[in-house]
Amino acid sequence: MFGLNKKDFNLFLIVIALTMLAPFILNPFPAGSGMAQFNAGYPDLMQRFVIFGIFAIGFNILFGLTGYLSFGHAAFLGVGSYGAIWMMKLVTLNVIPAIIMGVIVSGVFALAIGFISLRRSGIYFSILTLAFAQMSYALAYSVLTPITGGETGLQIKPTDRPIFSNLEEGEIGRANLFGLDMRSSYELEVGNWAFTFNTGYYIAAIVMILAFYLSIRIFRSPFGTMLRAVKSNQTRMNYTGLNARPYTLAAFVISGMYAGLAGGLLVAMDTQVGPERMFWTASGEVVLMTILGGASTLIGPVLGAGLIKYMENILSKINKDILHQWFAFLPDGIEDFLVTIVYPFIGKGWHLTLGIIFMAVVIFLPGGLVEGGKRFMDFVKRKKSKTPPSDESAQSTPAE
Amino acid sequence: MSNSRLTRRGLLKTSALAGAGLALPTIFTASSAAAFTNEPTGSSVTLGFNVPQTGPYADEGADELRAYELAVEHLNGGGDGGMMNTFSSKALQGNGILGKKVEFVTGDTQTKSDAARASAKSMIEKDGAIMITGGSSSGVAVAVQGLCQEAGVIFMAGLTHSNDTTGKDRKANGFRHFFNSYMSGAALAPVLANAYGTDRKAYHLTADYNWGYTTEEAVKASTEAMGWETVAAVKTPLTQTDFSSYIAPVLQSGADTLVLNHYGGNMVNSLTNAVQFGLRDKQVNGKDFQIIVPLYSRLMAKGAGANVKGIFGSTNWHWTLTDEGSKAFVKSFGTKYGFPPSQAAHTTYVQALLYADAVERAGSFNPCAVAEALEGFEFDGMGNGKTLYRADDHQCFKDVLVVKGKENPDSEFDLLEIVEVTPVDQVMYAPDHPQMGGPEATLGTCNAGA
Repeated sequence: MFGLNKKDFNLFLIVIALTMLAPFILNPFPAGSGMAQFNAGYPDLMQRFVIFGIFAIGFNILFGLTGYLSFGHAAFLGVGSYGAIWMMKLVTLNVIPAIIMGVIVSGVFALAIGFISLRRSGIYFSILTLAFAQMSYALAYSVLTPITGGETGLQIKPTDRPIFSNLEEGEIGRANLFGLDMRSSYELEVGNWAFTFNTGYYIAAIVMILAFYLSIRIFRSPFGTMLRAVKSNQTRMNYTGLNARPYTLAAFVISGMYAGLAGGLLVAMDTQVGPERMFWTASGEVVLMTILGGASTLIGPVLGAGLIKYMENILSKINKDILHQWFAFLPDGIEDFLVTIVYPFIGKGWHLTLGIIFMAVVIFLPGGLVEGGKRFMDFVKRKKSKTPPSDESAQSTPAE
Repeated sequence: MSNSRLTRRGLLKTSALAGAGLALPTIFTASSAAAFTNEPTGSSVTLGFNVPQTGPYADEGADELRAYELAVEHLNGGGDGGMMNTFSSKALQGNGILGKKVEFVTGDTQTKSDAARASAKSMIEKDGAIMITGGSSSGVAVAVQGLCQEAGVIFMAGLTHSNDTTGKDRKANGFRHFFNSYMSGAALAPVLANAYGTDRKAYHLTADYNWGYTTEEAVKASTEAMGWETVAAVKTPLTQTDFSSYIAPVLQSGADTLVLNHYGGNMVNSLTNAVQFGLRDKQVNGKDFQIIVPLYSRLMAKGAGANVKGIFGSTNWHWTLTDEGSKAFVKSFGTKYGFPPSQAAHTTYVQALLYADAVERAGSFNPCAVAEALEGFEFDGMGNGKTLYRADDHQCFKDVLVVKGKENPDSEFDLLEIVEVTPVDQVMYAPDHPQMGGPEATLGTCNAGA
């Protein structure tokens, strides 16, 4: 269906189900209980899950398929954001033109940078992209302050009067989709549970589903096969008379446009841009997301993005007092001891935990979380049937 | 792989069920018509402390968090009450805020506006925070202030010194107790004129970002007004760690004064470089060469060590002040943590108390009522003498301390000495001052959300 084979279609359905039911899935614990700390079903984080999912999906089209490791992808995210917010400040508060603007601006930007960077491959390519991204960051941070707002970034101000808007005097414009406010939410309370359905989230989720669908189609297309050929042996490809550059450049631009889409959506959900969005750590983050989830798998980058954003937003908020509450039932000495042991790994130490998980994944599960899932499924299946896996299932898990 | 039986009928059934499930909630939804965002309904109220726990300002952030914990303890009636005893308003009873126990959540701004907003949003959307406070950079303060305005909660700024926070980026829901670049310039100028004369040639090194610009502008304006000449103003990248290439041209320029519009690690490095180059032993135009640091903090003085001796700067508050409020605060902070508080700790502690007091006086947590209670509020006993929360731009007006690096420090905390307390009238400015965004800058209208 939709030009997908059965397996891909099932995966696509799973992604649709996961994104649409996210408010339930991410809020498994009753509000007010001790475990509510781990609930992630609030609008901002849900939006970030899908937006950074889009970012990682796009990155994976370049990295997963061609093997070109761009270390400056956050620049496209940032450029897309700036494009989108200027669209909102000047033209209209509707999010669709803003998002389209973000995609176009970062597409053009990616074309320029890709044209230069793709003259080299391997580590030189990575360094070139990193250099361009850091340049963009430095420009946005200081030199281009009139356009980018410098360190402070850009927001929609009470004095901004977009052409197509009818704001009252002094009213601050809000991002909307034909009048539908991005921030409006519907709260559903069932017993002790509270679930939030946010307009912005569902719009971002629909965009992500479309982006995911497009990525499946790219992966399965002749173009995708060509990109894989670049990854497996570019020299051989050249000898057969094929020029790899147009293909890699196309992949680079598509991937940059995905980043711009994510950047535009970030602005649509939260009308603010800061230059830190382009900092090299942000570029590194998307590499981590992709590898953590499973590079060159379809769903891997989305899972990786989810895991990192979850840790950044949930784990980092656990402080010492909360730990003391958790271990309060223990005798004082043991309580303090446990708190001392656990404390470096939570709160501001969440980077440490992330690092450990990343190392573990790279060492024991080189295929990322997706490989972990597959191994688990195989294990369960083997236990059930007690027979060696059939040829068919072995074939259905190609080493991508 | 098992053959999944996805039929059209099956799909229709499932979607119908899902649809019914989604429609059902209208029955369960409690009619919670809140009057404003995160109206506290239980026996407790949640405040959001959003401070940098990682990154270049993590030290300041840690000190801010200590101060907040102390403030919460005092608000709930614990400890010795600290500045609640010296505060001129007596609305706070030590039984929480409006009888509700104060609880708090913390977050990490990472000194990045994106991360700060994400963290503040999670506090508002997930934890139900009624007020957000903290931060140690103007970029973050402006970003989070904008968010609070949109979401309809109160923002009590932490350490932010740029004019913009209550200047061109001022917001109806945002309040700042800390002083700003303009006040630094206005307070320093007369002291500098006294100490160094009125015919100096100044050379500025400015951190290349928003706060640097406003500080340079402010210091330039006030020193030029008393007769100084600005020879050059050079921007330095924020990430610069070695300033020797910027210091060398200073001497050739014929300037006899160096103004370092740097903060944190930047200032520590640039000042150290300047002193190592022997600038302070030089004679230019028949005068001793001098260095000025507009914004001082104890943590910076500690980093720069002996190099700060005799160098002028301004600060919001210093723990050696001897008024009742400061003494009470230093005592309870010192008892709890074993060392004196920094100016970042002071301003955040005061902000937390001011918010709580405003809620008590307004009799409501409604951000618009709280804002009204804070606007034009005059108070005393919080360590800065008589202070006014001006209604026009939500900026606190109080005396500014001009300090100087101490020649013979007694301890690692006793690095600055107060030279002069510049009275508030000297640092007062019109709300539509050009440095504050001019007549265009407006607070907008208060937003209570919901």
